Amino acid sequence: MDRNIKHIVESLYKSKLSDSISIMEVCGTHTMAISKYGLRQIIPETINLISGPGCPVCVTPAFDIDTILEITENYDISLFTFGDMLHVPGSKSSLYNKKSEGKDINICYSPLDALNFAKQNPSRKVIFLAIGFETTIPLTSVVIKRAYTEKINNFFIYNVHKLIPEALETLLKDERVKINAFLCPGHVSAIIGSMHYNLIAEKYKIPCVISGFEPFDILESINMIIKQIKNGKHEAQIQYNRVVREEGNPVAIKLIYEIFDKTDSIWRGIGNIPDSGLKLKEDFLEFDAKINFPVKKIRSKEPPGCQCGDVLKGIKKPFECGLFSKICRPDNPVGPCMVSSEGSCAAYYRYEKLKV
Amino acid sequence: MTAKKGKTINKENKKTGEAVFKDDVIRLSHGDGGIKTNELINDLILKYLGNKILNRLEDSAVLKGFSGCSDNYKIAFTTDSFVVNPIFFPGGDIGKLSICGTVNDLVTTGCIPAALSLSFIIEESFHVSDLKKILSSIKKVLNETGLNVVTGDTKVVEKGSADKIYINTSGLGFIPDNLDISPYNIKPGDAILINGGIGEHGAAIISSRKGFDFKTNIVSDCSPLLSLVNDITSASGKIHALRDATRGGLASVLVELAKSSETDFNIYENCIPVKKEVKGVCEFLGLDPLYIANEGKMVVFVDKNDADIVLDVMKKNKYGKGSCVIGEVTEKSRKAKKDSGTVTLVTKIGTKRILDLAFAEQLPRIC
Repeated sequence: MDRNIKHIVESLYKSKLSDSISIMEVCGTHTMAISKYGLRQIIPETINLISGPGCPVCVTPAFDIDTILEITENYDISLFTFGDMLHVPGSKSSLYNKKSEGKDINICYSPLDALNFAKQNPSRKVIFLAIGFETTIPLTSVVIKRAYTEKINNFFIYNVHKLIPEALETLLKDERVKINAFLCPGHVSAIIGSMHYNLIAEKYKIPCVISGFEPFDILESINMIIKQIKNGKHEAQIQYNRVVREEGNPVAIKLIYEIFDKTDSIWRGIGNIPDSGLKLKEDFLEFDAKINFPVKKIRSKEPPGCQCGDVLKGIKKPFECGLFSKICRPDNPVGPCMVSSEGSCAAYYRYEKLKV
Repeated sequence: MTAKKGKTINKENKKTGEAVFKDDVIRLSHGDGGIKTNELINDLILKYLGNKILNRLEDSAVLKGFSGCSDNYKIAFTTDSFVVNPIFFPGGDIGKLSICGTVNDLVTTGCIPAALSLSFIIEESFHVSDLKKILSSIKKVLNETGLNVVTGDTKVVEKGSADKIYINTSGLGFIPDNLDISPYNIKPGDAILINGGIGEHGAAIISSRKGFDFKTNIVSDCSPLLSLVNDITSASGKIHALRDATRGGLASVLVELAKSSETDFNIYENCIPVKKEVKGVCEFLGLDPLYIANEGKMVVFVDKNDADIVLDVMKKNKYGKGSCVIGEVTEKSRKAKKDSGTVTLVTKIGTKRILDLAFAEQLPRIC
């Protein structure tokens, strides 16, 4: 074992916590890293790592998938989105299935690809399915600003962006959720900084540590949390200080709120969270796909038996769901957590077979 | 067609005898070399066309028992189609790829390649200057390997009916009497070697795709491994298996080999060579280099007593400078089930995880 890792693991064992503690890793990339590197195999059993709602694909409700599917059925449009979104099941189908049936659905790596396609193909109506947390919102904002300045009238976004800090507060208010600390997302925090976590740490008396994504980063962050708990402290700390500043990225934040206002948003498995979503400001409503491509009211239902909601809140571990690995597998996902490269069910399925 | 709880859908309709396949249409994932490709082959194609030779699903078919010939007379035969996008990429093009791919599949049997076939499907309005470039890079690989294209075909389709150009190549070779190299010969105690860094072909293709905005200097590893395999088989008589780690990447190939040989492997993450740039692209796109395609990487299973000699000759070959041992075959699979071998990856921090086939790779048309 690597010497630094060995050292930090020894320190975790030395801390000898009297009670077991639950640390929620908010971010899906942390969930994947923890499973991929088998970190649960080397930390004390008293430290329980549970996954949170930080996988944007996973928290997008079936309603939004169904609506976008309906749009592709009713209008002749070119849809662009990130790869993970394709496999997320709606009530009846998925974008991937629609693509196989011949709909014009494309994977892109940046919303700029979608905008460029719109510019090169002025006769096509192009929709970018805008998904993600604070990490990807600035990019969508740039694209809207550019489309507005360049007067591109065949480009639209279907916006399902969500904000992380508001979701964390909602979780802490849920009595069924038992968390002693947050391992906070690295990329999101590069944008929003640590101020939000200061407020949460203070208000709910819960340590928050912003962590990097290497095994050592995560173990060191856990160690920082344990130290806070042993010393009766609860504050926001930055372990990932090679990337994250306290103030975050003020330029990116300013840009977001030039384009968007905060609004309520529905999270899969959690429900409505006030001020956890974004809507385009009035000046930019011409780019809103929901307005420009109206569809009949859709009644969506979550798949029967799927426990993604409880998994996203950290109430259940993926293998505690009756469907896990039996019916719900990456090649036949029932819920979104089995789809995404950041989903906790996918992480357990792919990487934690030794335990499950 | 309904799924029974907890079971995969029945493979054959008992009443009609017709093969039953999970999907109604072919999806891109059926071509990614992972779970869905396996379903397409096993649950559909083999149901119609399966036979003793095809069912082995090796890179090359081995034919023997020709009337009038001695039993030792063995022929290796393989075919492959190429639809890579873009057709020109750093380190190669569809022409070079089409020869290297088939040559590499052929030499996994240890055979001496004899001849190749080549067919083009070309889209109307394809530029002759591009076709010339492709032909000249084909010629270059043929010169290097001393092989010839001895038969071929050309078809042209209307604009929009194909994307630029597709190539199919087949290859034929003779297997020397003393060689019996096959995944079924993998044994506990074998060392597992590879001839250099993984994921370079896939990463080069994705980086050169339209719409991918960041510049990298990753070059595809696309190369003919005829001389490398020659060196390997000349150095040791205890080469048990060779496998060209293409679609699905190193991980998928290892999982398939563990299953067909019903043995367990240990692979060490620390020992697997991955270039920094490849790691960077993979991190950015959320991909795992273990599952990214190679076009010039041979996985070698050799009796551990001969591992050093083989490694030595590999390192001396121009396509094997980065060769290393990445793991070993530990034991006969303890599960009594067929196809039960498992591949355990020992991570860089010393923990363990089990490798699985790739699922839904988002890189179609990589080769």
